[in-house]
Amino acid sequence: MTAAFPLTLSGVHVRKQGKTVLGPVDLTLATDGTTIIVGPNGSGKTMLLRVMHGIERVNDGQVAWECDDPAKHGFVFQTPIMMRRTVAENLAYPLKLLKTPKDQIAMAVDHWLARIGLEASRNGQATRLSGGERQKLAIARALIRKPDVLFLDEPCANLDGHATREIEALLYEVASAGTRLVMATHDMGQARRLANDLVFLLDGKIHELGPAAIFDRPATGALAAFLRGDIVT
Amino acid sequence: MGIDEELWEISLRSLRVTLAALLIASAIAIPLGTYLAVQRFRYRRFVISMINALMGLPPVVVGLVVYIMLSRSGPFGVLNLLFTPTAMIIAQVIIITPVIASIAHQSMRELWAEYHDLLISLNTSKRQRILTLIYDGRRNLLTAALAGFGRAIGEVGAIMIVGGNIDHVTRVLTTAIALETGKGDFALALGLGFVLIGIAILVNLAIHTLSRTEREGRW
Amino acid sequence: MRFLFTVIVVLWGQLLAADVMRLAVTTSFENSGLADVLLPAIKDDLGLDVQLLVVGTGQALRLGEAGDVDAILVHSKAAEEAFVGAGHGTHRREIMFNDFVVIGPKADGAGIGAAIDAADALGRIAAAGAPFVSRGDDSGTHKAELAIWTSAGIDASALGPWYQSVGAGMGAALNTAVGLNAYVFSDRASWLNFSNQDGLSVLYQGDPALFNQYAYLPVNSEKNAHVRNDLAMQLEDWLTSPKAAELINGYQIGGEKLFIFNASPP
Repeated sequence: MTAAFPLTLSGVHVRKQGKTVLGPVDLTLATDGTTIIVGPNGSGKTMLLRVMHGIERVNDGQVAWECDDPAKHGFVFQTPIMMRRTVAENLAYPLKLLKTPKDQIAMAVDHWLARIGLEASRNGQATRLSGGERQKLAIARALIRKPDVLFLDEPCANLDGHATREIEALLYEVASAGTRLVMATHDMGQARRLANDLVFLLDGKIHELGPAAIFDRPATGALAAFLRGDIVT
Repeated sequence: MGIDEELWEISLRSLRVTLAALLIASAIAIPLGTYLAVQRFRYRRFVISMINALMGLPPVVVGLVVYIMLSRSGPFGVLNLLFTPTAMIIAQVIIITPVIASIAHQSMRELWAEYHDLLISLNTSKRQRILTLIYDGRRNLLTAALAGFGRAIGEVGAIMIVGGNIDHVTRVLTTAIALETGKGDFALALGLGFVLIGIAILVNLAIHTLSRTEREGRW
Repeated sequence: MRFLFTVIVVLWGQLLAADVMRLAVTTSFENSGLADVLLPAIKDDLGLDVQLLVVGTGQALRLGEAGDVDAILVHSKAAEEAFVGAGHGTHRREIMFNDFVVIGPKADGAGIGAAIDAADALGRIAAAGAPFVSRGDDSGTHKAELAIWTSAGIDASALGPWYQSVGAGMGAALNTAVGLNAYVFSDRASWLNFSNQDGLSVLYQGDPALFNQYAYLPVNSEKNAHVRNDLAMQLEDWLTSPKAAELINGYQIGGEKLFIFNASPP
């Protein structure tokens, strides 16, 4: 199931309008678990996720998957993108793209609607859902093709505590079932709750990375300061 | 022929000609506008500017050019199309395609901006993107088509020239109004005018209703 | 694919249009209403659908030149003879005549009711600087009007702002004259059939110079294979027949005859 990994980034640079927003980055993501990416705003978290997923081109360097099948990735954006369709149709869309048979689609849609608790809204317009409901829908939609890895870009950034809790529960379930999660967050509590590995980004570069233990034993001063809540530049 | 029968015949012909032109123009303009929204290519900006500029093409000039092309002594004379409803359809297609394409492009561009990341993330093909945008943006596209319809149904200069306003053959609402007014027969002219106004109002109401359902997310 | 199919079907329909011919006629002829009497009779007798293109004489001649119509019916002898001379038409056949009249406001400020001839009538209008509407469209009527100005020794292109050249058909010109309460040079038939005569009436008539002859000219089929000269000749025979004479002479509005049939054997 995780044949896509390990993922190796070597010498990756991304430049926008002459400025280097990410890089140089050398990183190998191993097979299992949940990797959390943290760092101050503007440190390149979103860019790193997009590069790994493949929706952002790199100017230098290489992004190498063990086995690259784009259908095996899912991506959840910070602001969920709702299609102008019903909730059920939004969920069904990725499967329709793969020309999955109708009955299989119906089963999958029913399953996920139940799982995220949106059965009552199945025929309502997705654009009318609340923020939390939208994000749950986006996650379900990203997972409906049973991807090997799910990238999430600060999914709870705009949500209240209640919605955040629901989503974390969902993610925990999903991770336990074996889906690899790679998630950026600025919520340190969330990071601690979910992380197996931590990547600390500063100024477009990886400043420190390691297993979750580094929360309590940061190797660098910058990470220590960041974890304390100081402003790090 | 009584006034009512004539009114009916002329109105139906107007609708037939304009609806035919609308279908053909939309078949060209909507995919074109959508394609321009999603595909980057070298002269894209130029093509978009050209389409917007062509919207300002004076219809009567289009009529003149089509007339010269279709005249028996012209390049396409062998087709024997001058002074037929087909010639009028051709002229109207040329006039309204830029209008529909421009409005369609605008809506599709906005929708593409919304869907861009999602559709790329899901690894869609170009064809899938275009079809998805057209389907999800169908209300706006219909509005674009209706705008084209409105432009065509009220047009008189071009179709007068290429159609010849021949009784029972190429006479439509607008050309008939011009003729009857010219003869001083205001009764029939007004009757035709009311029909035309009625159609125009219906079309505009439809556009209005559609934009409302768009905002409210229904349909 | 479907589009291509539709195009082919439509074009096929065009090619199969059997007994249909196109006749370019002047607005004066159309505005008289005579066509509404003749066309049904032609359909009954010949099974022929005559499609009328109602344009000014100038455009009718150009349509004939291009081969876009099969025959023309106009009223401008000099232009017609040039047309035949240049080989665009096969020959010229006179069908019927009526006359031109000078129409103006009932009050007749320029006093043309007392004019001794047409040239004098127009001369009085010029002298008074009274508003005058001209066809200005190179039509038979327009050319006749210009001829009268010339015979009055007046250069029509150098007249003051009271002379309004509208560049339009007879009906439109009459409408404009009514709107401006102006004088206007018209053929009698168009005027009689005009529904918006408000405030104007015929003020001068009768001068032989106002004679208005209509002629029929089949277009030369050597121009273009599509020209239906056979149908044009059928129509000519009908237009010069006793039946046509009866219909044309019998056509009246308010008890007045609009045209007088004067076709002679070929």
